[in-house]
Amino acid sequence: MRELEYPFDAGGIIRRRKALRKALLAENTARVRKKIAVLGGSTTSDIVKILELFLLDAGIEPEFYESEYAQYYQDALFPPEALLAFAPDLIFVHTTSRNITHWPELADPPEAVEEKLGAELEKFRAVWAGLEETFHCPILQNNFEKPFYRLLGNRDAWDPHGRVNFVNRLNQAFAAHAQEHTGFYLNDVDYLSADYGLRRWADPAFWNLYKYAMCFEAIPAFASNAAHVIKSIFGRNKKVLALDLDNTLWGGVVGDDGVEGIDIGQENGVAQSYYEFQSYLKQVKSLGVLLTVCSKNDEENALAGLNHPEGALRPEDFILIKANWENKDRNIAETAAQLDLLPESVVFADDNPAEREIVRTQLPGVAAPEMEGVENYIATLDRNGYFETTTLSEDDLKRNEMYKANVLRAAEQASFGDYSAYLKSLEMRAVIDDFLPIYLARITQLANKSNQFNLTTKRYTVEEMEQVFHSENYVRLYGKLVDKFGDNGVVSVVIGRVEGPVLDIELWLMSCRVLKRDMELAMLDRLAERCAARGVQTLRGHYYPTAKNGMVKELYASFGFAKTGEDQRGSTWELPLSGYEPRCKVIEIAGNDQ
Amino acid sequence: MDMREIFTRLNRVFQEVFDDRSIRVGPDTTADDIDDWDSLEHITLISAVEQEFRMKFKMGEISGMRNVGEMAEIIAERAR
Repeated sequence: MRELEYPFDAGGIIRRRKALRKALLAENTARVRKKIAVLGGSTTSDIVKILELFLLDAGIEPEFYESEYAQYYQDALFPPEALLAFAPDLIFVHTTSRNITHWPELADPPEAVEEKLGAELEKFRAVWAGLEETFHCPILQNNFEKPFYRLLGNRDAWDPHGRVNFVNRLNQAFAAHAQEHTGFYLNDVDYLSADYGLRRWADPAFWNLYKYAMCFEAIPAFASNAAHVIKSIFGRNKKVLALDLDNTLWGGVVGDDGVEGIDIGQENGVAQSYYEFQSYLKQVKSLGVLLTVCSKNDEENALAGLNHPEGALRPEDFILIKANWENKDRNIAETAAQLDLLPESVVFADDNPAEREIVRTQLPGVAAPEMEGVENYIATLDRNGYFETTTLSEDDLKRNEMYKANVLRAAEQASFGDYSAYLKSLEMRAVIDDFLPIYLARITQLANKSNQFNLTTKRYTVEEMEQVFHSENYVRLYGKLVDKFGDNGVVSVVIGRVEGPVLDIELWLMSCRVLKRDMELAMLDRLAERCAARGVQTLRGHYYPTAKNGMVKELYASFGFAKTGEDQRGSTWELPLSGYEPRCKVIEIAGNDQ
Repeated sequence: MDMREIFTRLNRVFQEVFDDRSIRVGPDTTADDIDDWDSLEHITLISAVEQEFRMKFKMGEISGMRNVGEMAEIIAERAR
């Protein structure tokens, strides 16, 4: 929703909250429901109300539990019945510097300051350990905003007695905890309050009157920031950044001004700003975000501009280059289709408001932020948190290579008349076996973001996936696919629960980047083999329809399963394993290295 | 800015905050007259009024206002 996109009008969001909420709920979008417990050290009421808007906008329909006023510690260590029954999918510990109880005094000897630091950290570690043990779900924790006054002036920053120094050390310890614990995430209030302006952020009137951790008008910025982390945890990040060229990646119009006439490089301030933006995009790409071009230009001119010797980006940095005179919404839709992604995975960056408007209206769900003035481009993309990084798997870092290989495969496919001859020519090799610890992050990530080739769309937190991993009651398979163009990484996951002679398949998913490669047959072959070895006689699968998984509606039927039931939730299918013959003829299948 | 203009604008703010086009506020309107006007919504209201008139209430004023009329008087004084 436009009103919730950076740069937003915070006052307007506060004032029109009810109307915005109504409009969001009226949108016809599929949302996942998530239960979020907010344990506060300060008032949480309006935080939750505004957070709801940003989450709805990100495709999450939240249900909230709020602790009684400032009961975060008690709720974590002695969870009340209501919180236990609520069974949160995520816990947000909303604390502030105002909740720090062991501040150093000027007269404290060094050991006393250390003790106080330790005591303060102990309090929070107890909270986290308590929550982890009871709830096994992701924890989102605020770090601390800097104090709003400095008793020692600038010395406050370095003297251990200074509150600024103390807060910095606490924040470092929080960061260390995040580094060491999966499923623990920071809401970086320290950065956010600086970005907003600490003096306004920490306006003491709001604490003293209403016990709010920040000034009222900062709540939308705060909620937006927290929502970025939450939607990233629940797999709602964008994946593609489609970029216009003229006056977006460089100043001027390459078709009119010629390559030598565009602003990019070190010549002047404007050229440097575009260069800085291109360098930023190169970093965005390194996160695994797919860059594409969507420009009204002759391709020849587009490539000439991208090959400008002073530019930071090269044509090879883009997965797809759409430089033509078609309407941009059509180019974006095609871009998504070619990458086997939904249009809503795309962010469209264009300096031209008319182009943004066409894309917004024709392709609801595509984000088209206000790119106004090259000096604001980075902040606009960055503050919108489209690509907020909570997990960073090996696959993310290699994603661009993998998609590039896909484009090459498509070209090769066109040269084969017979599809199975093409599949054989790919020289595919798969590793399909029980989970390995190094792949757990990727497996969890896949489970949380795969929507299309996903039979049940069951989601798992990191903690739940670890439980599955350590349990004897499951047959687990991950599948990794390599071919002559490159390594696709882990692309398929199957989890089945052994119930006597039956394996109940609670998750079957595959990344759309390996559609139509017979990888699903390879997975089925391995599953049948592993089940037979455990004495399982029947496979039972479920198909739960969603707005996005229509492509696998008939998957079990195509495998030869018989439909055994149907209810509101979906259909159930079974396949007896006696006499099972392997189906996959085009992939060489191996197991984990011993 | 005369009182009539202040009340017209206040009325619009109230309608937006409570998402209710039927609201009509007058000098004697209090929190008891509007269903959703509780202590939590009060903060939203104050913030929205401040934004509308580009002014800030002082801490003492926020807890001291007894009805919309008193709010309008502070606005009239501050907005001079």
